[in-house]
Amino acid sequence: MAVPLPSGRPEETVTERRRADRAVVRDALGVGVAVGLSGFAFGVTAAGAGLSMLQSCALSLLVFTGASQFALVGAVAAGGTPLAAAAGALFLGVRNAFYGLRLSSLLQLPAPLRPLAAQWVIDETSVVTFAQRDRRRARIGFFVTGATLYVLWNLSTLLGVAGASALGDTAAWGLDAAGPAVFLALLAPMLRTGQERATAVLAVLLGLVLVPVLPGGVPVLIAALAAPVVLLCQRARTGGAPVAGSGANGAAVRPWTVEPDAADAADRAACGREEER
Amino acid sequence: MSSTALWIAIGATAVGCYLIKLLGLSVPSGVLERPMVRRLSALLPVALLAALTAQQTLSEGTRIVLDARAAGLAAAAVALLLRAPFLVVVAVAVLATAGARALL
Repeated sequence: MAVPLPSGRPEETVTERRRADRAVVRDALGVGVAVGLSGFAFGVTAAGAGLSMLQSCALSLLVFTGASQFALVGAVAAGGTPLAAAAGALFLGVRNAFYGLRLSSLLQLPAPLRPLAAQWVIDETSVVTFAQRDRRRARIGFFVTGATLYVLWNLSTLLGVAGASALGDTAAWGLDAAGPAVFLALLAPMLRTGQERATAVLAVLLGLVLVPVLPGGVPVLIAALAAPVVLLCQRARTGGAPVAGSGANGAAVRPWTVEPDAADAADRAACGREEER
Repeated sequence: MSSTALWIAIGATAVGCYLIKLLGLSVPSGVLERPMVRRLSALLPVALLAALTAQQTLSEGTRIVLDARAAGLAAAAVALLLRAPFLVVVAVAVLATAGARALL
């Protein structure tokens, strides 16, 4: 990720600026290529769940937020109803609204550009953008990551669907583990405090216990209740004191602070925005 | 799920996910910034991702099963602890699952 530059220098030479711009482009391309290629796993998974090529590609083109796409396809494979499947995918997408809030103040996009840029508001573009130290680099980071990822994610989805039939039994290749591995990789950096770990454990228990008794897609929605339950329990325990701002997640993120760990930036972006305005 | 039902799910997800993204970029900051809303929005993906990981690793339809996928996800967890990049974590899970399935 971005190499932290000494901050607080108002003037940069042209050479310095070019070098810094190139570093942003390199980071953005790195993230875009790595994650973009995992669209292959999505394409294979979607084909395995019984989606047509058109349906799989429509998801990558129009939904374009990996976790929601995997969730929808997983619910379809488990025999869920369309409503339950879409609801699970939408709940997962809610975090993008909070990325967008922070991105809009960092990028300061003109109003006509916002509807176009909105489709690229996802985990990876947010992580790269939050790691930049000024508006110029934030914009470069956002657009290079977004464009790379959008093009590659869609191309690799197409290849994945096409490749699925050539692969035959995708389970024999272990590709049915790709979806849960994506979820785990997204989840891991979020498990920073006891509150988050408690939520995860409760959600796992709820999700698994309800699998045999409820139709596909529904157990996940009920497991989502772990979040408000843990929040309310903590609030009851602390006697109604405000929960926000406690622990590491209360740490404020200043707009142009260089984040040593981009995953931290994304995580905190969803939680701490005290000094935004 | 029939093809029509699938398209309905795809359409609802596409429209909903896009509007959610646009909402964040468009609303004046402050509207979604109440502490409880913010905490909940941070915890919601934790709950969903944890439940989805567990389900897609340990269930088959409406049954709970322990198979090669568990080995794959255990390997992915180790890769994550070693701070492996995203694509490597997914590749490790896939390879370990294929390996475990070939051996079992």
